[in-house]
Amino acid sequence: MPSATTSHRRAFAVELAMLAKTFHTPAEPVHAVRGVNLRIAPGETVALLGPNGAGKSTTIDMLLGLANPDTGLVRVFGRPPADAVAEGSIGAMQQTGGLIPDLSVRELVTMVASLYVDPMKVDDVLELTGIEDIARQRTNRLSGGQTQRVRAAIALVGDPELLVLDEPTVGMDVESRRSFWQTMRTYASTGRTILFATHYLDEADDYADRAVLMARGRVVADGPTTVIKAMVGSRTIRATLSNADRVLLHSLPGIVSVDRHGEAVILSCSDSDAAIRALLQAYPDARDIEIIGAGLEQAFLQLTADQPPPGIPRQASAPQQENLL
Amino acid sequence: MTYLRYELIRTFRNIRFVIFAFAFPLVLYLVIAAPNRNEHSLAGTGISAPLYYMVGLATFAVMTGAVSSGARIAAERQVGWNRQLRVTPLRSRTYLVTKVVTAYAMALVSILLLYAAGIALGVRMSAGDWLEMTGLLLVGLIPFAALGVLVGHLVSADTIGPVMGGVAALLALLGGTWFPITSGFMYDLARSLPSYWLVRASHVPIGSTGWGSLGWLVVAAWSVALIALAARAHRRDTRPA
Repeated sequence: MPSATTSHRRAFAVELAMLAKTFHTPAEPVHAVRGVNLRIAPGETVALLGPNGAGKSTTIDMLLGLANPDTGLVRVFGRPPADAVAEGSIGAMQQTGGLIPDLSVRELVTMVASLYVDPMKVDDVLELTGIEDIARQRTNRLSGGQTQRVRAAIALVGDPELLVLDEPTVGMDVESRRSFWQTMRTYASTGRTILFATHYLDEADDYADRAVLMARGRVVADGPTTVIKAMVGSRTIRATLSNADRVLLHSLPGIVSVDRHGEAVILSCSDSDAAIRALLQAYPDARDIEIIGAGLEQAFLQLTADQPPPGIPRQASAPQQENLL
Repeated sequence: MTYLRYELIRTFRNIRFVIFAFAFPLVLYLVIAAPNRNEHSLAGTGISAPLYYMVGLATFAVMTGAVSSGARIAAERQVGWNRQLRVTPLRSRTYLVTKVVTAYAMALVSILLLYAAGIALGVRMSAGDWLEMTGLLLVGLIPFAALGVLVGHLVSADTIGPVMGGVAALLALLGGTWFPITSGFMYDLARSLPSYWLVRASHVPIGSTGWGSLGWLVVAAWSVALIALAARAHRRDTRPA
């Protein structure tokens, strides 16, 4: 892991070791989290990605001390989560949650600030989250996007060392999302650690130093977002070729797979630079050439598609976190 | 303290709640007691109608107020506010103390409003009796504050209104809020209920010694039992899943 080598003495902001949690339902046990290992160094911004049911929220619940793991260890700055929460080291925006009514936005933020020993100034938090203009409004008269920003203010007001955000931008429009992440970037720049779960893969791409992909209760990939993309055929070349030869195309350097529909070919590449040079040598008359970055979406689909279905024990051939990096 | 202050502001700003908790008992009191203001010994109890109903409706008001303060926990659970608080340094004890102090603040306002209405209808007693009566009302409120917390953790916000309304109305009826209960099975039943002893505080000005040992025993037993249950419900609701 990238952070493990920096220092063995300094406590990790987050350390999850062999974390597992099973929910017992009347129908069948649900293995929500099945052996998650994760270490986050202080100051990192990490995206937690995965489809519904991947175990992201359960992992976050255990990290926040809202759920106990069946097995495994959770440490936040070297301490159990309950201790870190009691000290005010964690701020969290959980996936679901509304605001209590009959207070103004400013009053609610002040009320939460009073729970911390050393909170941020309420005015500073309102400014940071861009809600000064609604500070006097009642909490029960806010739009969805405004509510999310107030919830962000509540998570930030304790000036926590670790900020945990579980799908924080759900229900926000594009502009709100952009300013939300601007806020978080500002906060991260003060050396704070941020872990956020998201469905919006571009958010992970744009705002995280590192992406952790979960599927079916396990971490299936963990690394810098650029590395994750490179791992799985990072770019696609589209071109129009007359007399395209699948076998020849496949033999060119940097090309992983070939898809042909008449004259149109789509080439998935592990090294698009080498591939495009070789392609133009072999087909000097190639037209309509496009090179498309895959983004995390494709990386994500490829990585999680290889997983065995639920209930079947993990195969040795399935991608391991270690051999992916 | 800041947390408590905003909890109080929040409670007293909720118009519907305030109307129901304060105005409703007050209006009922005037409707029932004003026409009978010259009745000096209601049903042979030796207590005037204005005094009897003043305490009876104070009982009703503080009971519903205390229970519904605690029951607001259900609304906080419903919107996920409790989960939000669990990731702050707020301690369980502070959370519960805040709820109970709020319940008592509501109760004191109710009591003072009904006292004022009672005085307007001619209720007179010594300062010592006023204080003793108030003291009994506040002590008798303990089991109801605990009941609110208990129900707030057990029942969903959607059903809490009818549940609490029903329980409070039944306890008020059986405790003698609406008419004195003086004999028979109903009397034996009433004396085992904490609401009866709240109503019974109206006996202070006629020289009877407040509750007597049975009263203290019943209120203490209900308090201990409901506090234990409320604490258990709170722990179950807030421990890691």
